[in-house]
Amino acid sequence: MRPLTPLRVLARCAILAVVLFIVVVVALKLGAVPVSLYALARDVIRVALHQTSELSSDYRLIVFDIRLPRIVLAIFVGASLSVAGTSFQALLRNPLADPYVLGVSSGAGVGAILALIVGSHLPLPAGVAAFLTPLGAFAGALATIIAVYLLGRREGQMDSSTLLLGGVISASFLSALIMFLLDTVTGRDLHGTAFWLMGDLSTPPQPSVGWIVRLVFFLAAGTIYTTASDLNLLLAGEKEAMHLGVDIRRVRLLVYVAASLLTGIAVSVSGAIGYIGLLVPHAMRWLFGSDHRMLIPTAAFGGAIAVVIADTLARTVVAPTELPVGAISALAGAPFFIYLLRRKLA
Amino acid sequence: MSASTHPAITAARTPGDAFRASSEIRLSVEQVSYAYTPNPSQAPLFTLETSSFQARSGEIVAILGPNASGKSTLLKLIAGVLQPLSGRVLLDGFITHSLNPRIRAQRIAMVQQESNLLFPTRAWEFVLQGRHPYSRVFRFSSDEDTLIARNALVQVGAEHLSDRWMDKISGGEKQRVVLARALAQQPLLLLLDEPTLHLDIGAQVDLLHILRRLAAENRYTIVVVTHELNLAAEYADQVALFQRGRCLRVGPPAAVYQRDLLEQVFQTSLTVDLGSSGRPRVSLLSGS
Repeated sequence: MRPLTPLRVLARCAILAVVLFIVVVVALKLGAVPVSLYALARDVIRVALHQTSELSSDYRLIVFDIRLPRIVLAIFVGASLSVAGTSFQALLRNPLADPYVLGVSSGAGVGAILALIVGSHLPLPAGVAAFLTPLGAFAGALATIIAVYLLGRREGQMDSSTLLLGGVISASFLSALIMFLLDTVTGRDLHGTAFWLMGDLSTPPQPSVGWIVRLVFFLAAGTIYTTASDLNLLLAGEKEAMHLGVDIRRVRLLVYVAASLLTGIAVSVSGAIGYIGLLVPHAMRWLFGSDHRMLIPTAAFGGAIAVVIADTLARTVVAPTELPVGAISALAGAPFFIYLLRRKLA
Repeated sequence: MSASTHPAITAARTPGDAFRASSEIRLSVEQVSYAYTPNPSQAPLFTLETSSFQARSGEIVAILGPNASGKSTLLKLIAGVLQPLSGRVLLDGFITHSLNPRIRAQRIAMVQQESNLLFPTRAWEFVLQGRHPYSRVFRFSSDEDTLIARNALVQVGAEHLSDRWMDKISGGEKQRVVLARALAQQPLLLLLDEPTLHLDIGAQVDLLHILRRLAAENRYTIVVVTHELNLAAEYADQVALFQRGRCLRVGPPAAVYQRDLLEQVFQTSLTVDLGSSGRPRVSLLSGS
């Protein structure tokens, strides 16, 4: 009997933090313009010492103004999607749940586009308008998960395959809605179809929105973490959890809202990147076990690592052009989904 | 004022008082009824008519009856997760439905028919979950929690299963671990919903034997819903017989196990005689 201790959680997170650091360094190095490790280290130290004037302008532009913001964005998008996927899997008691598969990402996309359209017609100051997109994405994500949750219930019971089908159909419908909205309304701030349907990290948001993304991530993921041990009990079903003192309604409300926030902010800045919330929690469960007190923080790191790697591949494998990052994650995620589905049915 | 003129005071000082206090009425089901109505405009699909019984600490009460007779509904009402239409269930003077979920889980533990885990855990992790109602915000286990969980496993004779995965052990072993988790809750009242379902006869007897011992040693009040008439007769202090939402009779097995009553309730021919233990024993008459 070796109960989980905070120290063990921190130790695993430290290992993953080191892996993330290495991945980030490699991601900074790779690209159309190669950067040597030496130059990278020297420049990081210079930036840390506020001697930015001594940087060569090329490096500064490529490494610190283009690659680094994109990597930081990838880190928070990946962590958000992965924690959201972990939460949906526990709450819906479905190992195949993921914001993208359930249509929540598409719902967030519709919400974000609607907010962009509405925002462009309102006489709002630019600062306020920028926050309208994440807000719309959050509303879209929350509405979708509520709809899919209701679709997935049959005679008061959650039915696993009905839930997944409900999610897939919602995703298909909402993607069509995205196409429709993008084709009929064209505004200057609307991203392209590939962005909303596949996900893309090539256009980092303005700094104020970047701050919102990071702040919301810590708030929402922190909220979900306070329910970690309730989620452990929910894995055995709501009835059992209730008899062990879990306040089901409170946990459900908190976690659905927080996971929708995470999906919403991720989608509003990067589009619908799929399968991260499916792949990463399973990998982390395989590595560290299914206790949510361990799983939630490790999934956050794992999601960050996965998206940084996927995005680095997306911008290097067909350089000088780029793939959408969602294409990379779907190439890995969809076969994995099939594998889980087959194993579950077997 | 001498002690002898005050019986209450003298009574409180006698050594036998500890026993008397512990065998006071602990669970009191008072005129409880319930109606299950999925659609308010329609007649209820199922009603549980008013039922009452009481149980002391250390007592085992078996709830018997055919399928859909209201046994599990009554168990949920006792557990406080359903609100009775009328009446109330008192546990040591508290209405079980009004307790907040955490306090309720410190006093009432429920063993369900089957525990289905989405992702497997080890047995000791599962038993530690029983400490959840006692934990604080981030809910990492204390040394005390570990000790209580280990004792719970020992009490059900499952300490050797501690490191096994829950999906890799037999039905009987799993049911013991589930019971250990209920013990880790340190409850006053232990509720079991058909705990012997899907168990072979040996495992069934083992489980009831453990329950008998727990009731005696830990002074739990145990309420168990079961289909096993003979096991209930052997191990229960009281049985409550239900049919179509009505409580027909409550009392010691010998008083309830009457041939015509059981035949009418279960719609089958049977005989009742006395077993070697002095408890009633039911045999089916096949082919009659």
